[in-house]
Amino acid sequence: MAAELGSRAMFVAGGTDLFPKLKRRQFEIDTVIGLDFLPREIHNGSNECTVDAGVTLADASRDAHVNARFKGYADAAGLVSSPPLRNAGTIGGNLCVDTRCNYYDMTYEWRKAAGFCMKKDGDICLVAPSSPRCWAVSSSDTAPMAIALDVMSLRLRATPEMRSAYVKLRRRGSIDFPIAGAAVAAQLDGDIVTSCRIVLSAVASYPLQATAAEAFLKGKRLDGEAIDQAAELAARPAKPLDNADLTHFWRKRMVRVVVEQALHRISDQGAGFDG
Amino acid sequence: MKNELARDVERVVLFLDVNGERRDLLLPVHKTLLEVLREDMQLTGTKHGCELGECGTCTVLIDGRPELSCLLLPVQLQGRAITTIEGMAHGAELHPLQTAFAELGAAQCGYCTPGILLSARSLLESNAKPSRDEIREALAGNLCRCTGYTKIIEAIELAAGRMK
Repeated sequence: MAAELGSRAMFVAGGTDLFPKLKRRQFEIDTVIGLDFLPREIHNGSNECTVDAGVTLADASRDAHVNARFKGYADAAGLVSSPPLRNAGTIGGNLCVDTRCNYYDMTYEWRKAAGFCMKKDGDICLVAPSSPRCWAVSSSDTAPMAIALDVMSLRLRATPEMRSAYVKLRRRGSIDFPIAGAAVAAQLDGDIVTSCRIVLSAVASYPLQATAAEAFLKGKRLDGEAIDQAAELAARPAKPLDNADLTHFWRKRMVRVVVEQALHRISDQGAGFDG
Repeated sequence: MKNELARDVERVVLFLDVNGERRDLLLPVHKTLLEVLREDMQLTGTKHGCELGECGTCTVLIDGRPELSCLLLPVQLQGRAITTIEGMAHGAELHPLQTAFAELGAAQCGYCTPGILLSARSLLESNAKPSRDEIREALAGNLCRCTGYTKIIEAIELAAGRMK
């Protein structure tokens, strides 16, 4: 059906991202193809956990096993928008959530008045007019955490030493998309970091991996000094632009803070599960 | 952009379970549940707010869980239990939450109240004695621009105490 209809059709699972965009005429289609047939279970194995794409964000965030083994992932799912939207929105949908921009997430009439941008109907980026590419911001909460956990096909792989944390910054404590965020997954031997992934949300058009900070932490004791330095390194590649809530200068400064908070949570956390 | 009026409107026959009653409806397939409740079923207790999933005033319960009727298509909801604010009282007997809201003045303009009552009912059905933080979390998708939430939280605590 999708092949036959081409760009005139889109898939819908929870609809919490798609339907507002249809109402704002950001997508103009004739047909939505429901994905209600997708499996909606969380399969907990001895050392891995598979989350079906159709699982709601609410179910993923409340699942006892996901919370025990992948605290960061459960937290990321539980920080998406608001409770009623998490009851409808799905894990698969949040991984695929469209990039956002203050010049794009507006009604058709608003965008027409301001001048269309290259993301839809226009040919320039209104945030960076000389740029050849679109700078809309990646706004998924679970995608950075999935990358940090090195997820394969929504399969969360646990090791006894695995810890994870997700910190999200937004204007209000509910409903809003992230304006900065840090997803951290780390393995520790005692308090020494043996491996670590740090992925930033909402500071680029894709979840941004902070590789310099990851390399710095490897082999280090996860104490306050190491956390401070790692947070500083992690913030460097983040280059938020003036296309999301609050000022991009402040958001840039806050990247260091959210990484620091996430690393402190890792430090305070027990290991992922009892081996 | 296509002219809305020029579009062919596809209609479907749907069987919806609303407040425990089966309703047979012939509906344009694109209508949201909010539109169907208010315009086709005259259940106007469900309020029309932002239409974008941000304010929570159109909250209904789907299989007991709060969801936003402005972002749901009825075609997705066959076989699922839909509860609106009209389904909260039993005849003339108000739900304890409704009584507590009235007694404590937990509403001012009242526009957000149906959505908040349904979110609170869902909470109390899964957590009979919620903490203040748990109440705040459960209401985090329902905006109220009048009350400041304090009386709402107190009313939910009062109802929870009476429902034990």
